[in-house]
Amino acid sequence: MLSMTNEEVKKAAAFFTKEIEKLASGRSLRLMEVCGTHTVSIFKSGIRQLLPENVELVSGPGCPVCVTPNEYLDTAIAYSRKSDVMITTFGDMLKVPGSSSTLAKEKAQGSDIRIVYSSLEALEIAAKNPDKKVIFLAVGFETTAPTAAAAILMAAEAHLTNFYVLSAHKLVPPALRALLASGKSHVDGFLLPGHVSAIIGLQPYDFLSKEYHIPGVVAGFEPLDILQAVYMLMLQIHDQTARLENQYSRIVPKEGNPSACTILSQVYQQTDAVWRGLGKIPNSGMSIREKYQAFDALLNIPIIVEETKEASHCQCGKVLRGLLKPSACLLFGKACRPEHPIGSCMVSVEGTCAAWYKYGAGRWQV
Amino acid sequence: MSNERVQLAHGSGGKLSHDLIKDVMWPAFANEILGEMNDGAQLHISGCRLAFSTDSYVVKPLFFPGGDIGKLAVCGTVNDVAMNGALPLYLSAGFVLEEGFPIADLQRIVASMQQSAKEAGVHIVTGDTKVVEKGAVDGIYINTAGIGKIMDGIHISGKNALPGQNIILSGYLGEHSLAVMGERHGLQFPQSVRSDCAPLNGLVEAMLTAVPKVAVLRDPTRGGLATTLNEIALQSGVGIMLEETHIPISSAVQAACDILGFDPLYLANEGKMIVFVEPESTNQVLDIMQQHVYGSEARVIGTVVKEPRGQVGLRTRIGGVRLLDMLVGDQLPRIC
Repeated sequence: MLSMTNEEVKKAAAFFTKEIEKLASGRSLRLMEVCGTHTVSIFKSGIRQLLPENVELVSGPGCPVCVTPNEYLDTAIAYSRKSDVMITTFGDMLKVPGSSSTLAKEKAQGSDIRIVYSSLEALEIAAKNPDKKVIFLAVGFETTAPTAAAAILMAAEAHLTNFYVLSAHKLVPPALRALLASGKSHVDGFLLPGHVSAIIGLQPYDFLSKEYHIPGVVAGFEPLDILQAVYMLMLQIHDQTARLENQYSRIVPKEGNPSACTILSQVYQQTDAVWRGLGKIPNSGMSIREKYQAFDALLNIPIIVEETKEASHCQCGKVLRGLLKPSACLLFGKACRPEHPIGSCMVSVEGTCAAWYKYGAGRWQV
Repeated sequence: MSNERVQLAHGSGGKLSHDLIKDVMWPAFANEILGEMNDGAQLHISGCRLAFSTDSYVVKPLFFPGGDIGKLAVCGTVNDVAMNGALPLYLSAGFVLEEGFPIADLQRIVASMQQSAKEAGVHIVTGDTKVVEKGAVDGIYINTAGIGKIMDGIHISGKNALPGQNIILSGYLGEHSLAVMGERHGLQFPQSVRSDCAPLNGLVEAMLTAVPKVAVLRDPTRGGLATTLNEIALQSGVGIMLEETHIPISSAVQAACDILGFDPLYLANEGKMIVFVEPESTNQVLDIMQQHVYGSEARVIGTVVKEPRGQVGLRTRIGGVRLLDMLVGDQLPRIC
């Protein structure tokens, strides 16, 4: 797609939007983009404006930082206050509000918190700082979890005794199932996450069409990928069929990435997990297997965590289930802004509220 | 704000920096000249118009592809003075050194400063050196201040943007930030990703000599193109509309940004400038810029519009329109 000229891109976009409008034929339809990277691409490229008003894109629970519950942040913050602990984390986590503080505030007060770009960087930091207990905040879906698992395997091989993982890894398909099982989130079709699918393949989404008769398309991240995937969903909706299709076949093989899945299941086992806004979802999290428990922060470094408090009036939970548009939240753009976020959806660059705000939904009028 | 503490994002040049200046600095220092909010102060002293600017340099690492802290300290201040439509003349240099810092590195840095000063045609005429105990600073911090003479008949200000004007950008975006970032984290970027750090006063002088009617000049450093244009839109009370396909971003920078999750429109540049000019003078300005080594890739990237005031919009590659907001937080700390 990179090889297309600007004119060709514009022409293709115009074709898809026209066909989408025709296929929708005036019906009100709700399509959910599950992945935060899709949300950003949709806003960044102005796709919402190109779609007819009756075809609505709603964001799902696919921003890893956004679905991380307060309790996890409170635990990380409590750890950061221990003088023999160093926290290593992706930058996104710094500003996420816990019950009473953020990692950014703790850093300003002197906690040793380092931003890393991968779990392997955290591993290097641990090797260089043998006098510190280095905890990696392992947040993310099936895409980032294999790298955290690889870091644990490498730490085991190198006999590192000061590297720990605080795991909040989550699995996407169980969350979609929970969303549908609740019966509250009405969705006519799913744009499924390309990167996650590149790891887990297509099979885990089979239940969408088989059990719920909802079409799903695994989509890439270029604006034209997304428009094409919406078009593919509309074709199915128009024909009243429900299949699982793969728009992103140039990256996503049907069977996913078996070696990444092997590493994942070698280190982690499925466990129930709490999602912000969605509550506890069976088998939607990953905990470290017994064999590698020496690297599990919670099991090895005792910590007392403050009682979890949720921000009052924050509606992130509803936003994450596609039940509420960010602009309908009373805090949005007023008390809750990217520079002073109240809910997690306003913090992460991939958060639904942050994307709405940053790319000006409702603010830039032409 | 008095119960809070300074966070790294307060130094990003984005919204939090603006809040810090508005809530802490401005109440203490408020005066008419500071209130102009330009890249430097424009002073009228005994019939002479001078531009005066200062900046501190804390970049990490000290040496990176395409430059070092010394080159940055000279070019950054020279450019801030030049963006007032002035010819930079003299600089000061203040050094804060960490106990144990290698003298050889210091020699390398001051040699680089001298070389950049020579290229820019300015002299470093006063200075200061302090040494603090190990751990109190990270190697070396440099402050420079610069003074220059505003060219006769030239009136540049961030308040001068008017609907109908064209917006010219002098070249490719994002190179400085990524070069520093790549060096800091040991990332392997293509060799073409080098800091664009350069003195722009020669380009400014050539342009203003031929076309004195230029309205706004600004170098998109911290916060990048997006933040700089937002500042101008606010200062002038106008809207700005950009064409995504006209904004020069190299494929190497775009690829690195895609991998790291950065937006090149928010990355700091150290050798680029934005020019607001009336339509009838646009081609002449473009010609002059394109003939200069630091403006050879100059092009029109957008126009000034009446509404919505104080906002910047971007027409995307697929034909959608979206807001281009000011930087919030920090993409990359200690980039200059």
